[in-house]
Amino acid sequence: MGCDARRAGEDGLATDMEKQLKSSALNRRWRWFTNHLATVLAILATILVIAPLVAIFINLVYKGASSLNLNFFTKIPAPVGEEGGGMANAIVGSAVLLGVASALGIPMGIAAGIYLAEYGRGTKLSNVVRFTADVLNGVPSIVMGVAVYALIVVPMKGYSAFAGGVALGIMMIPTVGRTTEEMLLMVPHSIREAALGLGVPNWRSMVSITLKTAMPGVITGCMLAFARVAGETAPLIFTAFGNQFWSTALNQPIAALPLQIYVYALSPYDEWHRLAWAGSLVLIVLIVVSVSLVRYVTTRGVLKGAS
Amino acid sequence: MLLCALSIFGIVALIANELVMSSKLTLAKFGLKFFVGSAWDPVNEDFGALPFIYGTLVSSLVSLVLAVPLAVGVAVFLTEMCPKALRGILSFLTELLAAIPSVVYGLWAIFVLVPLLRTYIDPVLIKLLGWTGLFTAPDFGIGMFAAGVILAIMILPIISSLTREVMSAVPYSQREAVLALGATRWEMIRMGVLRNARIGIVGSIILGLGRALGETMAVAMVIGSSPTISKSLLAPAATMASVIANEFAEASDDTYRSALIEIGLALFLVTIVVNMLARLLVWAVTRGAPARTA
Repeated sequence: MGCDARRAGEDGLATDMEKQLKSSALNRRWRWFTNHLATVLAILATILVIAPLVAIFINLVYKGASSLNLNFFTKIPAPVGEEGGGMANAIVGSAVLLGVASALGIPMGIAAGIYLAEYGRGTKLSNVVRFTADVLNGVPSIVMGVAVYALIVVPMKGYSAFAGGVALGIMMIPTVGRTTEEMLLMVPHSIREAALGLGVPNWRSMVSITLKTAMPGVITGCMLAFARVAGETAPLIFTAFGNQFWSTALNQPIAALPLQIYVYALSPYDEWHRLAWAGSLVLIVLIVVSVSLVRYVTTRGVLKGAS
Repeated sequence: MLLCALSIFGIVALIANELVMSSKLTLAKFGLKFFVGSAWDPVNEDFGALPFIYGTLVSSLVSLVLAVPLAVGVAVFLTEMCPKALRGILSFLTELLAAIPSVVYGLWAIFVLVPLLRTYIDPVLIKLLGWTGLFTAPDFGIGMFAAGVILAIMILPIISSLTREVMSAVPYSQREAVLALGATRWEMIRMGVLRNARIGIVGSIILGLGRALGETMAVAMVIGSSPTISKSLLAPAATMASVIANEFAEASDDTYRSALIEIGLALFLVTIVVNMLARLLVWAVTRGAPARTA
């Protein structure tokens, strides 16, 4: 009797172990499966993300390249229904707007960056400034447009290139400031100390040593900000407003490439759609070139002296 | 230098001040009712921002639902799985995605994405998910769903690059410890990396949300600009940013303009709060980590 019971117990143990073995095999297979599933899903996600980028570039080149000719760069838009015409005024207009924006945004951004990295390092004030700059970076560009409209367009009683430039310039400040700060922080202390040790005044060591060492990085930061605002449309709709004719006057409405693309894209005319694609291609080439340049400079050790 | 640094505060204060001053008219006239009213009738000067608030929230939500799994997938692939040679190229490509101007996305969406959705994807959604009421005909291609898709493409690079940053901030010893216990690679990523980086990932998602809330041009071009609240995602709608872009230049009288500026003010405040939240979360995670190189 007792013997039987013991035998039954041993049998139970054996089946338990078998079960365990089986479940651990199942478990292993399941873990193998999820592991590979995760890998496949991650690769799939990456492909899905790259796909629109490739699609956008193919479309831009396919639809835009055929319209890029001399007329595009030299003529102003033709009246509706007429063939030809270009976006020369929009390209020049964008250049004027970006000029105004850079004149405002780059000096102020660099100065703010110098303060953050050199004078206010570690202070509570500089932390708050840094945080505010990051938050300002996230403010929608359309809000910037509305604010500048209230600030400049209303008192001046008219849309103007100046207002558009200011809106873009304000958007450049946080980007330029933060990259300048990061680049200055990369300059080693020993260089500063060497300059100060030679009896050079603080401001002079700042300008001729620290800033000079970090210059390539600061310039790339400026280009990045430049490329970012070059494609901005929303802040220009009711500041620069757009213009079908030649104008470079700062107190008049002015054409801009992104603005023109927006207007043409929503128009019902094929001719204008064609110009919109060509304009986008120009804009993208400009931006891709500057972004690649920035990446090249920051990764290929042009900053070697600084790191 | 100090002056320029302080000017950043000045700018924020100036923007807030200008927006409040210019929207005084409707602030006084409608008060809080402005944000719960759903009438948008410029002719009779009756304004309520609810349809636009709804549009902004729903389009952002759609974009997050589409973008977050993909962005985390890309980040996982790039930080944990990808061969080194490919990593540089792929991260450069996702950065490029972030550099494309909004208006070019809009142009592409109008002429490529919307026809694609209308002919291939929307009919499938109507057939499969029509019973939920979220995808019902009539379908014009443009509308809330198209806006959500283009927004998803636009916020993906932001979410994935920040997620990558917080994932690389997770110390290697964590990964090694989990692997040493016999975990597979996915278990290592799930338990060792994602669990440690989750706060930062949430932060990056919120940052993406901040971008989606304020994104203007691409959305304005494909959402269809209609101040209505409809259950179907395929119906045209409008967001806070898109209504400003589409109607501001035409707004002739002061009340109309003031109403649009008040929407801008609301957008300003919301994005500031969202961004502050996101920055604090990302900062909390990456604080102790060494600076990212390149």
